[in-house]
Amino acid sequence: MVKKRRLVIRTVVLIILLAAIGYTIYANIAGGSAGIPRAGDMAPDFVLRDLDGKEYRLSDYRGKGVFLNFWGTYCEPCKDEMPAMDRQYQIYRDRGVEILAVNVGESEIAIQKFIDQYDLSFPVVIDETGDVQKAYGIYPLPATFLIDSEGKIVDYIEGRMDDRDIQAYMERIKP
Amino acid sequence: MERVKCECGHVNPPGTILCEACGKILDPNEEKKLIIDMRYEGAARRSQTYNRTIIDKIWNFFSSVKVGVVLIVLALIASAIGTILPQEMNTTMNVPPKQYYEENYGVFGRIYYLLGFHDLYRSTWYILLIAAIGVSLTICSIDRALPLYKALKRQRITRHNSFMKRQRLFNEGTVENWDDQINTVSERMRQKKYRVLTESGNLFAEKGRFSRWGPYINHIGLIIVLIGAMFRFAPGMYVNEMLWIKEGETKAIPGTDQRYYLTNHEFIVEVYDESDREVYREALEKRGKIIKNFQTNVTLYEAEGEVLPGEDPQLKEIKKGEIRVNHPLRFEHFGLYQASYLLNELSAMTFQLVKKETEEVIGELTIDLENPEKRYDLGKGYIVEILAYFPDVEFKDGELRTKSPNPNNPAFAFQIRSPEHPEGERSVVFIQETLEPLGENDYKLVFKEVDTVNYSGLMVRKDRTLGLIAFGGAIFLFGVILGSFWQHRRIWIKWDGGKLLVSAHTNKNWYGFMKEIETILADTDVPIPIDRGGGLDKPERANKGGDVNGSTK
Repeated sequence: MVKKRRLVIRTVVLIILLAAIGYTIYANIAGGSAGIPRAGDMAPDFVLRDLDGKEYRLSDYRGKGVFLNFWGTYCEPCKDEMPAMDRQYQIYRDRGVEILAVNVGESEIAIQKFIDQYDLSFPVVIDETGDVQKAYGIYPLPATFLIDSEGKIVDYIEGRMDDRDIQAYMERIKP
Repeated sequence: MERVKCECGHVNPPGTILCEACGKILDPNEEKKLIIDMRYEGAARRSQTYNRTIIDKIWNFFSSVKVGVVLIVLALIASAIGTILPQEMNTTMNVPPKQYYEENYGVFGRIYYLLGFHDLYRSTWYILLIAAIGVSLTICSIDRALPLYKALKRQRITRHNSFMKRQRLFNEGTVENWDDQINTVSERMRQKKYRVLTESGNLFAEKGRFSRWGPYINHIGLIIVLIGAMFRFAPGMYVNEMLWIKEGETKAIPGTDQRYYLTNHEFIVEVYDESDREVYREALEKRGKIIKNFQTNVTLYEAEGEVLPGEDPQLKEIKKGEIRVNHPLRFEHFGLYQASYLLNELSAMTFQLVKKETEEVIGELTIDLENPEKRYDLGKGYIVEILAYFPDVEFKDGELRTKSPNPNNPAFAFQIRSPEHPEGERSVVFIQETLEPLGENDYKLVFKEVDTVNYSGLMVRKDRTLGLIAFGGAIFLFGVILGSFWQHRRIWIKWDGGKLLVSAHTNKNWYGFMKEIETILADTDVPIPIDRGGGLDKPERANKGGDVNGSTK
């Protein structure tokens, strides 16, 4: 009897300790990326304006796939992939995939010059305060989030993409 | 193993060394010693007695003090290694941490990063190590405190001769009239705050038993501290972020989910000067500039309703404040601390438009480096347009470009329109140099002055676990005090047919104890116990259990 009770007590104590440790490890891993949404999470909603002051709200794109790209004029890979993105945009905009290109808060002159230079047709919005970058926990550039028609993040891509990559990504979020 | 029945009639748990009741030696190994090991009162440490199921095996592993010490040493070594390179949170890096450690510290940095030393407090193995210490602490304490408690509760007045004779303080002798003296001795013991019990001529006096619980109480304190540390990982309990905010700027305070905003009105640095007290003069002459004050003047706002990232918030002023070193601005559970600053960062540049021929100044323009205007109309047909802006210019691959979005080294491509040149003249202006790529111009932009702005670096802190951690610390100290300033003292006197056996035990301060016994037994026929410690079977060691003052934890 005594032995049995002792085993029960030991088991209970160990379970409590294990639960506390398990929770800590879980909270650490989940909290380590606190506020940094990644594949499987809902994409944090935001509101940003383009150079003309027009507002874009992510949640307005429900029902469509969103190719959310963070970029800067000083980012070398961006200079290659933005024209590629534009080419794919011409094809996939009619298939329900939109591109939102978030500039990391540079001067209007620099952004306008870049848009003109590469003749970009998708909306370019400016994250002047850096709040959206913080909400998505991005660095370095370029950083791309694939968001499906339900507003969920399908994937997060860091680094340079070419036409073929972008096409494959677009396919994944096509509604 | 079976339960052990002592000749006194008490049934002891398996593994018992000294009978809980009378103290008779039950373990043959112990019998060979001249002085018995009084650690844990010779009680059976449970951990060592059952070893059947996996639960028992895990339990026994953590019950070992040796394992506990090894875990603590490992944690110490890991923490020490964690100080070799800067921790990720204390560095400002523009590249991913993996790259940062590799570029700056080579192969060592790479290994350091891979093993998680770059962010030690958040690396899983380190947390597991600390957790293992917590488990060890809990199980070690349970396994020792409970048997000790039971043994002390069950001890009887009359002890077995083998127990009496193997105490460190012991003496025996014939006494004629013990019956007459037992009351005197008891009375003196009571005056010394002993609890005295007698039983057919045998006497047992005890005081300060509570001091034995000191170490376990301080273990409870440590466990509470660990629980507090655990809560830091829970959402909403702990925030530690940096907010860089320049003068004139309003920004969302990180960690508040866009709920609180802050405006930096001014950042001030003050140094001591002649107007300060005379006593400082010598120090000032020696050291030159000495900082007197770092201060940020701010206004705190709360956003109305929920604000999405990037959205312009509707702000309601909460309060104005001055943040100085050690004088944070507090709101809700947050504190904003003055932690760092950057002085004289470029914010605007002023140029004069000059006609080269006559050196005549046509007009002035001030360019905001954060977001320059496209066009500056100086009147009378003079217009300066910015064609391109490079905040941090470099010349690479045959073209101008910017290294970063920060105005560290700005350069502009201007188009200068004038009545003589309505189509404009092209001019590229760097901080030190002006280029006129399309031929000699009639007009030039002359750099006049810069405006600078100061950045304040504020630490955003929220720690709702502090109360619990302080409570744990207080419990810890309480345990230390109990264990350190009181001793558990016991004296046994046994009437053994004309002979009187006297023995005594304490967990520390044997000298003081001896003096006390001498006072109690003075002018009586009771033989004063002799300290047989210090060499004989290493009794100090025997009495230096981990339970004495908690110093082993």
